[in-house]
Amino acid sequence: MTRDFFERQRRREQSPVPELWDLLDRVRDPELPVLSIWDLGVLCDVKQTGEKVVVTITPTYSGCPAMETIRSDIERVLGEAGMRRLEIRTRLAPAWSSTWISPEGCDKLRDYGIAPPQNQSDLTPDAGLACPRCGSADTRCISEFGSTACKALFQCNDCREPFDYFKDI
Amino acid sequence: MSDEDLKQATLDYTLRLGDDALVLGQRISEWVSNGPFLEEDIAYGNVALDYIGRARMYYGYAAELAADGRSEDDFAYLRSEREFRNYLINELPRGDFAYSQVRQLLVDQFNTAFLDRLVESRDATLAAIAAKGIKETRYHLRRSREWVLRLGDGTAESRRRAQKGLDDLWGYTHELFEPDALEQRLAKAGIGVDTAALKSQWQQAVAATLGEATLNLPQEDWAVRGGRTGYHTEYLGHLLGELQSIYRSYPGCRW
Repeated sequence: MTRDFFERQRRREQSPVPELWDLLDRVRDPELPVLSIWDLGVLCDVKQTGEKVVVTITPTYSGCPAMETIRSDIERVLGEAGMRRLEIRTRLAPAWSSTWISPEGCDKLRDYGIAPPQNQSDLTPDAGLACPRCGSADTRCISEFGSTACKALFQCNDCREPFDYFKDI
Repeated sequence: MSDEDLKQATLDYTLRLGDDALVLGQRISEWVSNGPFLEEDIAYGNVALDYIGRARMYYGYAAELAADGRSEDDFAYLRSEREFRNYLINELPRGDFAYSQVRQLLVDQFNTAFLDRLVESRDATLAAIAAKGIKETRYHLRRSREWVLRLGDGTAESRRRAQKGLDDLWGYTHELFEPDALEQRLAKAGIGVDTAALKSQWQQAVAATLGEATLNLPQEDWAVRGGRTGYHTEYLGHLLGELQSIYRSYPGCRW
């Protein structure tokens, strides 16, 4: 578990509105539906003052188009739960990092067929990532840029399957 | 400088940075469905998206500073060519693949140095945008550097094209390191970056890559300037025409 994740988890555990955090677990990343915005680290904070709810989120990559969908999904989920006064704030600093993904999130990514970030604060390795399908380390990077901004494309030399790698950033 | 002057200067500066990001992002998005192969097509799409996302952050902040009802979209879509203040190198047509990759190397190397300083800005929002951008730019630079090595030290044809791209682009790099009065003032105020101070670092890094790529450093015998004063090449108007036509044709349209 990284320190960044630990701090975010403490914020959630000490929150006076745990039910709102739980509700927001229903909001998923549209491109990676196995991950909630909590798992992904996009959900930074939830606060309630009187009837007003303020949700703070942070983008993964500058141009990530999933942010628009995530915002409207937050509105929908909280709206359905009867919250009428809602503000969604985007926070840029500190900049999102792949170290914010929850340990459960990393497991879910692997089960989904995506190699989770290495979190060695390095650029993408050329080879040697564990294949999420067969576990072999005999793999190679095909392209640093994959189907979304956050992923690189790899191939396993053993089972021959291509797979995505969630990049360190 | 009064607080009000400083705010106006910061707004103008933020728009310049937004213009650089939007124009380059739009330009390289032209590679989508035109890349030499699928992975490169996708890579350019990703890099373009990073730049357009960065432009949105700058324009969003500009809208906050302007506080006159203008939105990020108004800055992107309702200003004309002469109002754009991007560096010329960002607007030049995409050319062939070698030309585009050489441009990326020159710009990525510049942005690496630039954003690395901007993260120390006294302006918290500019610092935050830079902190986000620098992580992405490191990935961009790794890709453009590898491509320039591969093309420069590749076949006779790839080398010829990379060298030609470099020769055609070099004269547009000078203005990156010539801050005007506004940029100097903001650098002194600890908000902006003194780009003149980045030149030797940039040159060294670029020269090292070009050397490894067996490409020749061009002669310093010509320079074109004008981006920061709104005097553009003939290409920007066409780019903006395409970028802005929908928004201008259907004002207020939502979908």
